[in-house]
Amino acid sequence: MAEKAILYDATKCTACRGCQVACKQWNDLPAVETTNRGTYENPPDLSADTWLKMKFTEVGSPPDLRWVFTRRACMHCTEAGCVEVCPTGALYHTDMGFVGYDRSKCSGCGYCVEACPFDVPRYSGNFITGVREANKCTLCQDRITNDLQPACVKTCPPGALKYGDRATLLTEAKQRVAELGGKATVYGEKEVGGTHVLYVLDDEPSVYGLPKDPKVSGAVTAWQDVLQPIGWGVAAITVLGLGLNYMIAKRKIKVESEGK
Amino acid sequence: MTNHWIDLRNSDCIMIIGSNAAENHPISFKWITAAKERGAKLISVDPRFTRTSSKADIYAPMRSGCDITFIGGMIRYILNDMQTLSPAKRAEDYNMTYVAEYTNAAFIVNSGFESWDDTAHPGVFVGFTENTNAAPSNLGGYDKSNWGYANKADPTTDSKVVNNTWNSFNDLNPNCVLRLLWENFQDYTPEKVSEVTGCPVETFNEVCKEYAATGAPGKAGTIMYAMGTTQHTYGTQNIRGYAILQLLLGNIGVAGGGINALRGTSNVQGSTDMCLLSHILPGYLAMVNHKHQSLADYISGNRAAKLPATPSGLAGDTSASWWWLSDAAQNYKKYMVSLLKAWWMDKATADNDFCFNYLPKVTVGHNYTHIGTFEAVANGTVKGMMVWGQNPAVAGPDSEGERKALEKLDWLMVCDLFETETSSFWKRPEASPSSINTEVFLLPAACSYEKQGSISNSGRWAQWRYKAVAPVGEAKSDLAIMDELMLKLKEKYAAESGATADPINDLYWDYHTAGEYAFEADPNVVAKEIHGYYTKDAADGSYSKGDVVTNFVSLQTDGSTCSGNWLYSGMFDKGDGRNKAKDRKPEDTSLNQIGLYSGWSWCWPINRRIIYNRASVDLEGQPWDSDHPVVSWIEGAWKGDVPDGGWAPINVAADGAKYLPFIMQTEGVAHIWGPGLAEGPVPVAYEPWESPLSENLVTGVSSNGSGKGTPGFHNPCSYIGELNGMNKRGTASEYPCVGMTYRVSEMWQAGQMTRNHPWLIELQPEVFAEMGEELASDKGIKSGDKVRVSTARGYVDAVAIVTKRLQRMTIGGKKVDQVGVPWHYGYIGMASAPHSSGNILTPHVGDANTTIPEYKTFLCKVQKI
Repeated sequence: MAEKAILYDATKCTACRGCQVACKQWNDLPAVETTNRGTYENPPDLSADTWLKMKFTEVGSPPDLRWVFTRRACMHCTEAGCVEVCPTGALYHTDMGFVGYDRSKCSGCGYCVEACPFDVPRYSGNFITGVREANKCTLCQDRITNDLQPACVKTCPPGALKYGDRATLLTEAKQRVAELGGKATVYGEKEVGGTHVLYVLDDEPSVYGLPKDPKVSGAVTAWQDVLQPIGWGVAAITVLGLGLNYMIAKRKIKVESEGK
Repeated sequence: MTNHWIDLRNSDCIMIIGSNAAENHPISFKWITAAKERGAKLISVDPRFTRTSSKADIYAPMRSGCDITFIGGMIRYILNDMQTLSPAKRAEDYNMTYVAEYTNAAFIVNSGFESWDDTAHPGVFVGFTENTNAAPSNLGGYDKSNWGYANKADPTTDSKVVNNTWNSFNDLNPNCVLRLLWENFQDYTPEKVSEVTGCPVETFNEVCKEYAATGAPGKAGTIMYAMGTTQHTYGTQNIRGYAILQLLLGNIGVAGGGINALRGTSNVQGSTDMCLLSHILPGYLAMVNHKHQSLADYISGNRAAKLPATPSGLAGDTSASWWWLSDAAQNYKKYMVSLLKAWWMDKATADNDFCFNYLPKVTVGHNYTHIGTFEAVANGTVKGMMVWGQNPAVAGPDSEGERKALEKLDWLMVCDLFETETSSFWKRPEASPSSINTEVFLLPAACSYEKQGSISNSGRWAQWRYKAVAPVGEAKSDLAIMDELMLKLKEKYAAESGATADPINDLYWDYHTAGEYAFEADPNVVAKEIHGYYTKDAADGSYSKGDVVTNFVSLQTDGSTCSGNWLYSGMFDKGDGRNKAKDRKPEDTSLNQIGLYSGWSWCWPINRRIIYNRASVDLEGQPWDSDHPVVSWIEGAWKGDVPDGGWAPINVAADGAKYLPFIMQTEGVAHIWGPGLAEGPVPVAYEPWESPLSENLVTGVSSNGSGKGTPGFHNPCSYIGELNGMNKRGTASEYPCVGMTYRVSEMWQAGQMTRNHPWLIELQPEVFAEMGEELASDKGIKSGDKVRVSTARGYVDAVAIVTKRLQRMTIGGKKVDQVGVPWHYGYIGMASAPHSSGNILTPHVGDANTTIPEYKTFLCKVQKI
């Protein structure tokens, strides 16, 4: 299957945040309780319940003031640090090039959070069970594999988001950059082996809060071979522990019911 | 909108002023973005740098309430440019044929006209009388008899304008409209504009240069505006300013042009069309008043108000312009009789004047608008109130004053999706429920996905929506609730009679059908009645009782037709009887595919997608812009959009008559000079009711400090109301900042729907106050701090957003800061807090012509709490 991608054209984005809501709606994510912190931007950060958020930045001063908007969500990298460090295979590449996520396999180790050069994945912890689970944008696997556009793309009023073949979108992005001139640039073409969310920017990536040269830490990849077996070992101990827990609990329930 | 949403893509320059389209009409940016990709320029004029401004090629800051100064400066720039150019070059850069032939620029005005710069009456036009009552409703009023044309029946024109042979305005007749326009605006120099509005001179000149370039024949500029324009004591004159600008540039009627009002909610266009306002009946027929004792009085009264005694020299009876009120055509009567038939059907006959006297009549001089109504509630005149799809306790001006007024009611019915601040006005922190005797009924309404019916968008498209799911719980559609209420009332009146029982007993009310609508009104039947049908069989068998009419041309004065709104007559197809609001043909069949999509839904009038479209062609009927032809005269017929009257082009008409393009005006031409409005034939830059200045820098009139205002400093005709404590006026010494209220993308109107929606609350959880860094620094305020914004009416506690997007301005040598507060919040619902409604801050005063409240400019102060 041809590689697919989302193209986000920051020069067309009006930051209406329809995408942020559409993401929560389609993926059935709960609202985060927020306060106004002196900005339009909210929630304050990505989280297990917020996979996409728009970032608002004021740049320069009048009369040259600009208000720039950026999309913060999984970039779906080709050289994806998160996939490399994932000990359970919960994070994987789909045949369309996206980084998929299989919740049932996630051990909650949190390595992906550390490994991401874009600081995207987040995990949630259940205080009672102690079970942790990572979460991030899946690029609406359930939609795109049924010939629907990702929810964020579908809702975008000005057409700042597009979904399609990566090669076609890249050509389009380059054309747009040529029209814009100046410092305009395509972001994501070659970064970390090429991302599957491409950006059209009219300024340096740093203005938009994007790393100039994102890299998966050498340590992450080097440790992968060491960590992964340990990870499995840890998992095995966990399973053993849980089994023990189960047996104790079962006995306790039995005792309690007999006591009635 | 004169045009429609998709048409924005055809523009060469889009000026957004008094609107924050990116935030409040996000879908408009689909088409603005398309225009920009074609190379169009986007200009954003706004007191704040908004999400709209972030996408603009030019952002021009402007002190809130200074539209007339800004636009007046642009008009001066264009007139000055025209005067500087040679006639030949002038005709290249500007469409002088359009200006001379399609507007009243060449007309001669009455010699008795005296302008506001006449020392005998500074700041006001000739004919003004100040209202000296202690508690005036209006500051004053005009005798407009000297504002009209020199010869009302047969206006003379200045041949130099008609033939474009002038070199200076001094060459023109002293009372020629074009010269008077120059004299009105000649002092609005870029330096003056900058001094008044705070916009830097260079930025202002850049805006003028860019926008004036759309004056060239074949170019199009459009203006998008919303409540930032209208919600001022001179809101109507703000729009007059836009109209004059657009007419000088030949931008009305053309693709990518027009004046485009972005409606505040999704069906405001429909509600206005259907007479939700107090001064009109459906289809903009005039409201019936106490002077109209018969249908004949009503028709002749309206005719006299609009038309000169003799139509001889004007476009006249032979013209397209005459159809509205002409005695020969009797269209006004046809529409009115058909409306009365829709309401009283068989009971309405020629013998009883078609039940004309069943209509409630307004008293001339009384104000029935939102502001006037709440004054009547506060005074105890109005005892009961139905609030439908509104939340005045949050949305109304001086909201806390209006909430207090509600305490005087005997009963209140609120129909809404959720409990609202209005239905629970007695629960607000300031109220003492034990002393409130109002009985409140809260009826649960269905939301838009739970009912079917039409909705008319800003582009006048009536689009049918189907029901997706059944309403939740006991909720019902508005129509079902209204139907049940009316049937109960009829039942009660039939049983008990009453003083005005006949209009209720005789009212035609038969909207139930089978199946789903066996027990509630069927919207399809209502829609058919709005379009209109025959009430009897034709003698010649050409139609039967119940057959839909073709369109408003079929309507009759004899009672043989009914139509609930002549403007919507045309929505059904006479041939197959289908409702065209349900049409969804995706093909664009317009000339050069300019995006009319005439087979997608239906728009009034008679599916004309761009109104005044006969101004988009030259005198031979050929488009000014051949790339974007709206209509075109090809081989003896109009092609393209439905033309504004099917008459032949001016130079082509075989009978020699001059069929002019602006058919709603009796002269057939558009009004650069508009003697109909309350406060003058051309706009004057007045100060807001609460201004940071003590002298109007344009008129030179100083404020006398009176609580009600000063004519000439303020709009001399604005509606001040009864000053009964609801609208206290603050002073610049106590409240030095300019305040304004507005909306954000993430919230909707008074918040009923969005403040009960967790995903949206997450995005904009609470009220904020935006301010510039200089003001914040003076007050020791940082972003995220809690602040109190106060006016003479009350205060709002909000979170500070300190930003570079608002800048301290120098106005008339004085430092002025602006503070903005969104008005969506209140004390009921998921996101609620006391003192969070922005409109607590706003004054209870209104526009001179419409009484729309002055929400957008007031005086305030800010402090950290």
